[in-house]
Amino acid sequence: MGKFQLITKGLIKENPTFVLLLGMCPTLATTTSAINGMSMGLATLFVLVLSNMAISATAPYIPDKVRIPAYIVIIAAFVTILQFIMQAFTPDIYKTLGLFIPLIVVNCIVLGRAEAFANKNSVVDSACDGIGIGIGFTFALTLLGLVREILGAGSAFGFKFISGDGILVFVLAPGAFMALAYLIVLFKKVTAKKGE
Amino acid sequence: MTLCLFAVCIVSSALLAAVYAVTKEPIEAAEHAKTISAISQVVPEFEGDPVSDTIEVAGKKYPYYQVSKDGKPVGYAITSSASGYSGRVTLMVGITADRVIYNTTVLSQAETPGLGAKCTEPEFADQFKKWNPAEKVLKVKKDGGDVDAITASTITSRAYSLAVETAVAVFDSIMSGNAPDIEAASGATPECSGEEAENQETK
Amino acid sequence: MEYILIIISAIFVNNILLSQFMGICPFLGVSNKLSTAVGMSGAVCFVITLATLVTYLFQYYVLVPLHIEFMQTIAFILIIAALVQMVEIVLKKVSPSLYQALGIFLPLITTNCAVLGVALMVVTNEFSYGGEPHMLNLVESIVFAFATSLGFGLAMILFAGLREQIALNKVPKPFQGIPIALVTASILAMAFMGFSGLV
Repeated sequence: MGKFQLITKGLIKENPTFVLLLGMCPTLATTTSAINGMSMGLATLFVLVLSNMAISATAPYIPDKVRIPAYIVIIAAFVTILQFIMQAFTPDIYKTLGLFIPLIVVNCIVLGRAEAFANKNSVVDSACDGIGIGIGFTFALTLLGLVREILGAGSAFGFKFISGDGILVFVLAPGAFMALAYLIVLFKKVTAKKGE
Repeated sequence: MTLCLFAVCIVSSALLAAVYAVTKEPIEAAEHAKTISAISQVVPEFEGDPVSDTIEVAGKKYPYYQVSKDGKPVGYAITSSASGYSGRVTLMVGITADRVIYNTTVLSQAETPGLGAKCTEPEFADQFKKWNPAEKVLKVKKDGGDVDAITASTITSRAYSLAVETAVAVFDSIMSGNAPDIEAASGATPECSGEEAENQETK
Repeated sequence: MEYILIIISAIFVNNILLSQFMGICPFLGVSNKLSTAVGMSGAVCFVITLATLVTYLFQYYVLVPLHIEFMQTIAFILIIAALVQMVEIVLKKVSPSLYQALGIFLPLITTNCAVLGVALMVVTNEFSYGGEPHMLNLVESIVFAFATSLGFGLAMILFAGLREQIALNKVPKPFQGIPIALVTASILAMAFMGFSGLV
């Protein structure tokens, strides 16, 4: 697979959220607005790329039996680094996303890519894979956040286009489940048509 | 095997310690900048650094900042909070030396988006600008005060008013130097979670 | 009184699944059958309570005295991983049938955000139950963790029951599987919203 394909496959074909249904917790929790969703996606992208690279570089030296704990330690280290950086330079976003930043450690996508891709491929390929999946995740979160923000608050990326409120329930918990359900259905429809 | 895992842990920890050391200062600077920006939102123009202090009123500690211009104290930024609809609503309330509220800003809240969370918006919060507690009562209109409540969010509006009222009481005790016997000071655990308030935030 | 507030708040008002969105993977993954949902809830309940106890002690007796709070995330996830491993070994010995039913999901508890989430919440957030906001003490933390996992179990079992019923009905093709489950979860979350403002 070429590098370009590695990067683009995560967007539609192997989209981690809409197709593989991984990393549901941050997907549902942080998409109250398009900006929040995008920030969460980018934070995950950061960890994904770095941990993929580190794991791919160290994989030959780590015995098979202890690989999972070793991966977890590596991922947790990058997550903590991300926490420091966000606290220092984007404290507002850090505060909004709250607990879900440290919880990137237990995001199935990150560990999943380490196990399924990074430990058997070269550093460059792993980085591309991380970027691809990360962009797919960011795209999905931004889209879900955008839909919820448009319906729930009547604004897009913070720009209000209606006066007053939207359909409030979409900003709240039930709306997260509902919006995601319909987006997955839509995605199924689109990818099915492409396959024909 | 164990050795290898150990090595991974050591390397990761070393890396973390290094990044921690590098980012420690920017993190503190960011926090400081945030406090300063919150303070300068709620008090009139000032010179130099705000002086931070805490005062105990009715058994509770309230942190506050004093700002001065031309060597005279011009305002106080007081942190106070009250129970809202979900969790605490924490405010920074700026009061000028003549006991008039200059401005208020929300430090943290977890109210319902679209309902109680509107307390951060100017439509609601701006009514407290230039509010003179000696002339107008810091209670929502429903309770016989002068505060315009947010539609369908009486509990949040009450909490906001109460927090401001508490700040005024804290201000008074800063000025007099002793703890006054004002209801609002102990009222931070409000009666507003009472029965009749229960149904009012439903939409 | 405060304990009652903690329990009601953790089970109903701030339900970990339906309002905090932690632990969604098992919520969608093992809720096809009521029996597996019960088993999973039991395992999660045990792990969350135990993990919170251990991480709480670790935070206040190791990390804070040594001034290495920044190692929190790494330390906590390793503790949780070790605990899950232990539960797995114990379960294998004590109840092989349950072990078989939960087989592949037990290791997944490590990556269940609810476990790490609760452990982190307890040591980083301030809680106020009617009174002044404060950090939870050990007993309060355990009660909080246990109540949270009960909330997890409640939502999980209700949801599994609903999904068993839905499986008997005709569902439009694009909605089969996860989408209809998400719509169900949405309605369940709406029902739980009725509890907000209770505490």
